[in-house]
Amino acid sequence: MSATAVCVEGLSHRYGDHQALSGFSLRVEAGRIFGLLGPNGGGKSTLFRILSTLLPVQSGRVEVLGFDVSRQPDAVRFGIGVTFQSPSLDGKLTVGENLLHQGHLYGLSGGGLKSRIGERLERLGLSDRTHDRVDSLSGGLKRRVEIAKGLLHDPAVLLLDEPSTGLDPGARHDLWRYLDQLRQQRGVTILVATHLMEEAEKCDVLTILDQGKAVAEGTPDELRSSIGGDCVTLRGENLETLETQISERFGLKSKRLGESIRVEREDGHELIRELVDAFPDEISSISLGKPTLEDVFIDRTGHQFWEETSA
Amino acid sequence: MSTVTQTTSDSMELSNSTSRTNSRAFVVLPILTLTRRELVRFFRQRTRVIGALGQPFLFWILFGAGLHGSFTAPEWAPAGMSYQEYFFPGIAVLILMFSAIFSTISIIEDRREGFLQGVLVAPVGRLPLVLGKLCGGTLLALIQAVAFLVIGPMLSWIGLAPEMSLQIGFGDALLTLCFLALVGFALTGLGYLIAWPMDSTQGFHAIMSIFLLPMWLLSGAFFPGNGWLGWVVRLNPLSYGVAGVRRLMYPNQIVDGADTLPSMMTCLIVTTAFSCICVSIAVWMTGRRTSKDAR
Repeated sequence: MSATAVCVEGLSHRYGDHQALSGFSLRVEAGRIFGLLGPNGGGKSTLFRILSTLLPVQSGRVEVLGFDVSRQPDAVRFGIGVTFQSPSLDGKLTVGENLLHQGHLYGLSGGGLKSRIGERLERLGLSDRTHDRVDSLSGGLKRRVEIAKGLLHDPAVLLLDEPSTGLDPGARHDLWRYLDQLRQQRGVTILVATHLMEEAEKCDVLTILDQGKAVAEGTPDELRSSIGGDCVTLRGENLETLETQISERFGLKSKRLGESIRVEREDGHELIRELVDAFPDEISSISLGKPTLEDVFIDRTGHQFWEETSA
Repeated sequence: MSTVTQTTSDSMELSNSTSRTNSRAFVVLPILTLTRRELVRFFRQRTRVIGALGQPFLFWILFGAGLHGSFTAPEWAPAGMSYQEYFFPGIAVLILMFSAIFSTISIIEDRREGFLQGVLVAPVGRLPLVLGKLCGGTLLALIQAVAFLVIGPMLSWIGLAPEMSLQIGFGDALLTLCFLALVGFALTGLGYLIAWPMDSTQGFHAIMSIFLLPMWLLSGAFFPGNGWLGWVVRLNPLSYGVAGVRRLMYPNQIVDGADTLPSMMTCLIVTTAFSCICVSIAVWMTGRRTSKDAR
């Protein structure tokens, strides 16, 4: 068992009336890519702001690299690199100047800093942009500068809030390859908050967050296999009677999701035939799918990922 | 349990590296870098350069000419001082104030654009952060005030200003510069306090009209102030900044009598105390973690 890089216990946070996190706990082993998957407003950004010492710890305990976020903020700040969801660059300055200031804020200077900036920019394919004003860059390029900025001081823990926002598929792919290298070669611990399933798939371990609570945790494979088999989704005229009939005749629990019913079972293809035989008139359409992380989310929360919750 | 031991060794390594870091890297460097950023940003925004200097020049020329007739020089003033010359140090302080306002208003923009949160998560003490901002603002204020003080008297050649009785040696000019820097620092500190909790620049403009400009108007910069106004002037910390600048610019010409300016020592003490109070509150505000900073 390896060291713990981030440890959160019983963390709750309120903004006025809104409970952003409630009794949230988390343990991230060093050298892992750890994903926080959840819809917008689920509490991911709040957690990141607490981890990055911007928000106070209202109740609970938060440690990063063994340092208490409330009592040793400077030690925590030293050890983390943060890429926020919102931009943090100075648009009036060039790419190089932004990174130079960043380096100075982390106590780096001189030739060491210069070569470090050159290396990071090259890594993120930004070398030819060094002297461009940030304001003149496209959204995707700005995002890459943000990432270079967060990585500049070789942090032991990297916090990335929605890192792929604005990146085209090629740049996304490169970013993830780079993250993987960082973890392999330098043992960097990476926390990624995301609402994208395909991004969550790339993490070693995931926590699914909904309305400020952790609803599931495990590797993407573990989470998917926890669903148990296949997902059968069906639509029809009278969903309520259909639901009761399915539970009476097949002894299966089903979930109502808006205009459709979802049933989980192994050998989904068999079930489809049985269902269509049993209710030939009631079912208007039926489909079969292998479980995805979205299905895990639906299974644990009882609502769809994008469904409006009382946010 | 291996978890615990390894975490501790990690922490040890990290705390060693933080304690090894000298004050240069984590105090001076951040101050310098933030100061430099302020300067670079200022000179890249040309309208800011024009706006900051243009208005005070206009004020000086127009009010100087317009109010010339109705002005009675105070007892301490050197003989034959025109209103425009009386107003001259006052405008220098107004430039300091405008510049302080402009440079601290950028805190609100920095917060909105997200730059601020990037700075707040850096392992820099909150005092160096505040000082970085204030030093940048002060330097800009000083550059502009000096530009005015040098160009202003030249306007008499083209008839836009009267002949001035101002005669100042190099040493006194240097002292004036230092004191202007102190006043600029105090005003930038005050601007910081106002800008920090604000989430819109409109809010700052409101405070500017109802608080900052009256503060300047009632500092003896615009008119000497008698009776109850005299008391307001005496209670205003900025009055001591203006009086100090006057004393240093006219080292041998100020007449000490019944109705005189506060002594240089008083000016220095009040202005220093004013800056220290502003900086302390600014550091305290910056160190607080509120949901506002996390926007």
